[in-house]
Amino acid sequence: MLEIAVKGSKKYWVWIIFLLIVIGIGKLAYLDQFFNGLMITGMSRDVSWGFYIANFTFLVGVAAGGVMVVIPYYLHDYEKFHRITILGEFLAVASLVMCLLFIIVDLGQPVRMLNVLLYPSPKSMLFYDMLVLNGYLFLNIVIGWKVLEAERNQVEPPAWTKPLIYLSIPFAIGIHTVTAYLYCGLPGRGFWLTAILAPRFLASAFAAGPAFLIILCYIIRKFTKFDPGWEAMQTLSKIVCYAIIANLFFFLCEVFVVYYSNIPGHKTHLQYLLFGYHGYNALVPWMWSGFIMMGVGAVMLVIPRLRSNYVLLPVACAMIFIGAWIDKGLGMISGGFVPSPLHHVTEYAPTGQEIIITLGVYAAGFLVLTILYKLATTVKEEVNG
Amino acid sequence: MEQSRRRFLKVAGIAAIGLGAAPAINFAASDSHGPGAAAKVKNEAALHAERWGMVIDIKKIDDTLARKISMACHLHHNVPDFTHEVDTQLYPKTRPVNHKQEIKWIWKEKFHYAFPDKEDEFLNEKFHHLPFMVLCNHCKNAPCVQACPTQATFSREDGIVMMDYHRCIGCRFCMAACPYGSRSFNFRDPRPFIDETHPDFPTRSKGVVEKCNFCAERLAKGEQPHCVEASEGAIVVGDLEDPESDVRKLLKEHYTIRRKQSLGTEPSVYYIV
Repeated sequence: MLEIAVKGSKKYWVWIIFLLIVIGIGKLAYLDQFFNGLMITGMSRDVSWGFYIANFTFLVGVAAGGVMVVIPYYLHDYEKFHRITILGEFLAVASLVMCLLFIIVDLGQPVRMLNVLLYPSPKSMLFYDMLVLNGYLFLNIVIGWKVLEAERNQVEPPAWTKPLIYLSIPFAIGIHTVTAYLYCGLPGRGFWLTAILAPRFLASAFAAGPAFLIILCYIIRKFTKFDPGWEAMQTLSKIVCYAIIANLFFFLCEVFVVYYSNIPGHKTHLQYLLFGYHGYNALVPWMWSGFIMMGVGAVMLVIPRLRSNYVLLPVACAMIFIGAWIDKGLGMISGGFVPSPLHHVTEYAPTGQEIIITLGVYAAGFLVLTILYKLATTVKEEVNG
Repeated sequence: MEQSRRRFLKVAGIAAIGLGAAPAINFAASDSHGPGAAAKVKNEAALHAERWGMVIDIKKIDDTLARKISMACHLHHNVPDFTHEVDTQLYPKTRPVNHKQEIKWIWKEKFHYAFPDKEDEFLNEKFHHLPFMVLCNHCKNAPCVQACPTQATFSREDGIVMMDYHRCIGCRFCMAACPYGSRSFNFRDPRPFIDETHPDFPTRSKGVVEKCNFCAERLAKGEQPHCVEASEGAIVVGDLEDPESDVRKLLKEHYTIRRKQSLGTEPSVYYIV
């Protein structure tokens, strides 16, 4: 089936070469980091996780979001999703590839990475995160590939894929739950120490993942002859709508608890993000734009006339996607570290080199996504054409 | 029939030779190489405790002494000093430092940073100026030990929270887990910033986390930790589980506090205020 990926139009190859160039530049920037250490990042003693881990967390969400097409199709026999299920699964694969790359570029000693397997530590949440992330990646590759191959040969997928598909559903919930547990089980970090963290992670994931999928559907419609189906996209937009409202609701619950209880160890972080703390306010404009984007996006999706508008739908989806990225990618990680456990305020901003490495990882993910989507759409074109 | 019996005898014969030869070969091998097992010798002078603890008498420490204590620890443990002027001949391509990425094991903090949950606008004036020495608390329930995915950070039986710098993968989960900011990460190679390398303790490489180790290497030789030696009696270590120990006597005589007690980490460092 892979032979499909090497037969493409000029536009396809220009895009692939562009991605390869970005990967190359990112790799050069990473080599410098590899030899000189994480000193090239904006991270510090007080803010010891930064852009890499933030993007990792966000992308775990995008990967988990793929399950929002799997559940309706496989559990509720919602036929309209038949065409896009594979897109959700392959989006999960590409996101997980980026997640694992982000973990690797964040390690101080990446060559010792396998110590996690050599000395398995069942008390560490990172151990379980490794298990569920790799498990979910494996499941999606096998399922996506087998189902697509069966479609190409116009036969039923092998029976053994069914239990794997059902297994992938708890895994999807699992990857983002365990990722939230990385943060919310730490006693000294008031910002993360909340049981709403995992539900909030899932809600924003189920908004960001399908929102991105809708945008991808537009791109597929433009560049291929395969039509994912307008009705499927409309259903997806309703899922995005409910999920983003749940995310905002959970956030407001957190705001209430933090401000009404008025406990400093919990309040200072939110204060820093939303209003600034002791004159430090680098993230304030970001956070407000993030929440405004999510809020406006939610309103646009609630109103049927706007939701079903072909031009406005991708705008709403992009706003929700970017808003969720700011919320999770920028605020969630920095917010936990500022102020520090000693209440010192050290602000964090990624360096240029850190951003270049990040873009390199994203380009690698998009390369995987492009190739997988090329396979999927070509097979669908063959079958339908 | 004849054929299979002969084959059986052949195989059995070869097996018998093998069985007989194995010990002989082993004997010859061990003989030619001498005793292979390394001898494990215990230092009789080593200091032991069921659970190590520390008591810091804040009233006895001023800024000069605080600096002396930090210096004694950092110099002997090869902790890099980012203000140190780099020898450009030895390390020609050293890039400028980011002081926010510094490394420290024991340092002074103001009261409201060391004890942020005890902030009080009517606090006794003198507390605002006292240098509170902070370091790893060697918690009984250490969140860093729980977080570490490779057991590079581990609790010893005597309560000391130790690190294996060669196993650490540099994921920094322990730094997020520590409620006391006691851990530092080697964002870069520390060696250009070490004035004089002390051979008693290893230098670290880039990409690993480090922190106070309660001078485990000195206790093993029967010596007191560097900070205790430098502190002119302000810092005392001993066995928390032994009612007759120096630390327990101090705890009996004085009112002491620990950092962020409400988190349940059970710090082993006490402050007399």
